[in-house]
Amino acid sequence: MSTTAANAELAVQAREAVARSEGYWAGVLKRVRRDPVTIGCGLVLLTMLLVILLAPWIAPHDPFQGSMIRRLRPMGTPNYPLGTDELGRDMLTRLIFGGRLSWFMGIVPVALAFVIGTFLGVLAGFTGGKPNMLIMRVTDVFYAFPSVLLAVAISGALGAGIMNAILALTLVFVPPIIRVAESVTTGVRNLDFVDAARASGASAFTIVRVHVLGNVLGPIFVYSTSLISVCLILASGLSFLGLGTRPPEPEWGLMLNTLRTAIYVQPWVAVLPGICIFVTSICFNLVSDGLRQAMDVKG
Amino acid sequence: MFFYLLRRLLYVVPIALAVGFVCFMLVQIAPGDPVNAIVPPDAPQEVVDQVRREYGLDRPLPIQFGIWLMKVVQGDLGRSLATGRPVWSDLHSAIGNTLMLAAAASAIGFIMGCILGGLAGTFRGTLLDRAAVTIAVAGVSVPHYGLGMVLVVIFSVQLNWLPAMGAGPGGSADWMWNWEHIQHLVLPAVTLSVIPMGIVTRTVRGIVAEIMNQEFVVALRGKGLTSWNIFLHVVKNAAPNALAVIGLQLGYLMGGSILVETVFSWPGTGLLLNSAIFQRDLPVLQGTILVLAMFFVGLNLVVDLIQTALDPRIKRA
Repeated sequence: MSTTAANAELAVQAREAVARSEGYWAGVLKRVRRDPVTIGCGLVLLTMLLVILLAPWIAPHDPFQGSMIRRLRPMGTPNYPLGTDELGRDMLTRLIFGGRLSWFMGIVPVALAFVIGTFLGVLAGFTGGKPNMLIMRVTDVFYAFPSVLLAVAISGALGAGIMNAILALTLVFVPPIIRVAESVTTGVRNLDFVDAARASGASAFTIVRVHVLGNVLGPIFVYSTSLISVCLILASGLSFLGLGTRPPEPEWGLMLNTLRTAIYVQPWVAVLPGICIFVTSICFNLVSDGLRQAMDVKG
Repeated sequence: MFFYLLRRLLYVVPIALAVGFVCFMLVQIAPGDPVNAIVPPDAPQEVVDQVRREYGLDRPLPIQFGIWLMKVVQGDLGRSLATGRPVWSDLHSAIGNTLMLAAAASAIGFIMGCILGGLAGTFRGTLLDRAAVTIAVAGVSVPHYGLGMVLVVIFSVQLNWLPAMGAGPGGSADWMWNWEHIQHLVLPAVTLSVIPMGIVTRTVRGIVAEIMNQEFVVALRGKGLTSWNIFLHVVKNAAPNALAVIGLQLGYLMGGSILVETVFSWPGTGLLLNSAIFQRDLPVLQGTILVLAMFFVGLNLVVDLIQTALDPRIKRA
């Protein structure tokens, strides 16, 4: 066989291969579909999201309406399927409404940290040199604090409140996202296609927007989703310490705290908010793991 | 090696200074006048002015930081607003208790994590592997303060096997290593150990699986070594990384035990922090966080050095 014929053969094969491959996202979707754990956890999370969004229409009672005569009823009481809390409020209603704040405080800090961390990390990774030094050394300082301690320190100094807790948690999650963003950006920056883009006269902004972001957002996003479960636990933990939400607002961590005295009376009612946090957090973790595998992100 | 050591030691200085600065700023970001963090709110105006001058609070921020730093270096963390005692006097016994709790939890977490992770990594893809991974994910997903309550419900309320709170009959002052005291440590330590257990399991599983795939393991097997001897080789290769992970976990637990200490009323730094937050006792808050963060910085250094000493393959730039 002559070389030209062989080349033609190869070209045909290559074209067929391109036609056969469905593109990156179709592949990701296909892999997710084949992963029952991710699908299951995703469905659980979706259901929870729907329930807490529709809380005012779904919840059987008023979350703030208590009654001194029906305090700490056990699970299975007529009209109160999950019992009542220490002030006689319906547990099921409180749990449904409590999910709103718990989810909000679990997701918003990570989302904010994702935006800030990606910006600073890509900046550090792409520019290198002095800006990199500055950003990464400041990041190192925040790494010198254990995350729980940092969150407690900042929100403890600022005082209780949802906004302060969100601020503290955002500060906790920015440094790790910067590290991931910086390392993937540095990896991409040295690839040939970035050099090619630069040689063809593309501006730095265009290179970042088109060539860098497209390649780094996936890994950073997957990493950030794995932080949601940590953030949820930390946020509820702050409320548990009295640093996040204030009573009588329903929030899972705070409910767990106020029900602490009730564990000798109605132990299983008292731990229900903890179970809610656990289920949400494990589902977020497993979905994040599934995404990582489906998107083939390393690290 | 010597130059690495020197450079690593020098690198700690700016980090420690910066950590000190963050702790210093905690009082500055707190709402209200920082002088209120030193004098009680009902102090007369002349005392307030005197303290303001004494602490240099009428001077620019960098100088204030310098003054504060000099005091801290000399071991003066200020006085508690609530008790009037020096912060350090309450802090040093609390640190001992937290260290004990964190060390016990790390040990439990490390042993459990190594067993689960080792088994999962060796028998990858089997039912055992899946079970270990599930336990690991559950471990990092569980809100440990909630788990603590569940354990209290089971072992204290229903079975009445273990005490639910405190550190023994005489508090922490007369701690002794007998069952009467140790039984108080069991529930908090087990509760706190689930996080390092989950993380160590994941890490060790990854490390072991990677080592098992390397050619030297095949070579060892070909040489006719028993699986126990091969296991020893794998352990030797996995140890430095696993050690680094658990070393840092000890530091995280020192800082992260605040929630568990609150649940079990364990008289450590967490409980101290908790009451400082409630009473807005900023000197105690600041001092405790500073000492815990410095401990973490030191631990990071030690882990790095041990890791380098154990594994000569790690060449540090």
